[in-house]
Amino acid sequence: MTASVSGLLEAKGLRKSYRGKVVLDGLDLGVAEHDVVCLIGASGSGKSTLLRCLNLLETIDDGIIRFDGREISDPLVDPRSVRREIGMVFQAYNLFPHLSVLDNCTLAQVRVHGVRRDEAADRARQLLARFGLADKADAHPDALSGGQQQRVALVRAMCTRPRLLLLDEITAALDPELVGEVLEIVRAEAQAGTTLVLATHEMSFAREVATKVCFLDGGRVLEQGPPEQLFGDPVEERTRAFLARVRS
Amino acid sequence: MTWAPSERELERQAVRRRLRLQQTVIATAVTVVVAVGLALLVVSSPGWDRVRDYFLSWSHARDSFAAIAEGFWINIRIFLVAEPCVLVLGALVAIARQTTSPWLAPLRLLATGYTDLFRGVPSIMVVVICGIGIPALGLSGVTSSLFWLTTFALVLCYGAYVAEVFRAGILAIHPTQVASAEALALTRGQTMRFVVLPQAVRRVVPPLMNDLVSLQKDTALISAVGVFEALRAAQDYQGYNFNGTPLLVAAAYFLVVAVPLTRLTDWLMRRQIEKEQGR
Repeated sequence: MTASVSGLLEAKGLRKSYRGKVVLDGLDLGVAEHDVVCLIGASGSGKSTLLRCLNLLETIDDGIIRFDGREISDPLVDPRSVRREIGMVFQAYNLFPHLSVLDNCTLAQVRVHGVRRDEAADRARQLLARFGLADKADAHPDALSGGQQQRVALVRAMCTRPRLLLLDEITAALDPELVGEVLEIVRAEAQAGTTLVLATHEMSFAREVATKVCFLDGGRVLEQGPPEQLFGDPVEERTRAFLARVRS
Repeated sequence: MTWAPSERELERQAVRRRLRLQQTVIATAVTVVVAVGLALLVVSSPGWDRVRDYFLSWSHARDSFAAIAEGFWINIRIFLVAEPCVLVLGALVAIARQTTSPWLAPLRLLATGYTDLFRGVPSIMVVVICGIGIPALGLSGVTSSLFWLTTFALVLCYGAYVAEVFRAGILAIHPTQVASAEALALTRGQTMRFVVLPQAVRRVVPPLMNDLVSLQKDTALISAVGVFEALRAAQDYQGYNFNGTPLLVAAAYFLVVAVPLTRLTDWLMRRQIEKEQGR
């Protein structure tokens, strides 16, 4: 594959509408390997939709998505072959309530990636232990706190060693105390070199971990840049207005 | 600015159209092959000629058509009366079993005993016992109309099944729903009526349909006490003319009601889901 300049993932001219309401309107985004891209913007600015489009949970109306040089927006591409390589964590955790924490984490490893059951369990236990969940492996999701559930969801997504991790406002449903324990994991992953695209409302966190921050407005990336620049000296008036609003 | 699809998107749309067409062609071909294969298997069986003469006689079908239609009208009427009764009874019994008040303990016991009893006894026995036993008691003021007695019997049987379906739906609602309703200071009754039941009912529509279609078929059980409904009319004709075609005619009547009914609910369900998911 020819190495394109933008690297691992590239979206060009994405368009997505629901019932005539345009959510993404010609959006461009580039993600290089080891990038940590933070998507910020008001609710309804298209952050979640963008993430869902990137791993083909939504069919785009127009535009091109390339992952690792291959056009994955091609209808002939098997979406599962893409999703094997891309992990996703949702705002509402979406753990499987009928499975134990451990089974949540081993399901895809065993069924999709063909990992042996004991190896999958080892990997899951190792990650769970790393994030302080060693004693929860046999619990069921509903018995855990929100922060614990979200950490399990992260472990579940990371168990299959995805090349890219999409995080959709994963701390939005958590109270501030729990936000910290979840962000701890994300920070560790970012430092370990995992490529991340995350939609977030945690501006200080974005400023700390991001290699690139994108401000979404009107279905496009209105402004992007390194966090110092975007937070410190935004060019666009709307970016300034948004930042002023979330800081107050 | 209006949006016009890019060339790549037009290309993709063409590919999707081609894929869809491919799928339609495959689906049609497979269906035709399977249907023709099954038909050939039946037609080439050694006894086919006899079966055809006995069950597929056009003249017998025509001759028995009207008598069976008259009988089927009874089935329809029983179904129309029994169905709403079954739904109400089933819901009430399910709710009764979910109560917690100590004062209602006898009610819970009664409801549990009722479901155990009537799910356990074959429906045809209930029909016979009600149809023959109740009038034999000679109670004054109790109807001796077989129509009402057998309808009553079917309601008893199916109420028990439907109660369990409703109860399964109620139990499947996540406890957080009850918690959030209670947090709004709703009473247990209000929680049940405005939060739990509406969601429960929606979930159990498919199994509910199962039981209702089954009820519609089981109206034929009342032939056991001599009511001249569709099955009885068909058997009567069969006995006189030594031809089984009327049985298929009766079956066709039942199908004509059951199939559109299931399709209709499927459609209603799909529309409901689409509305709720905002698509």
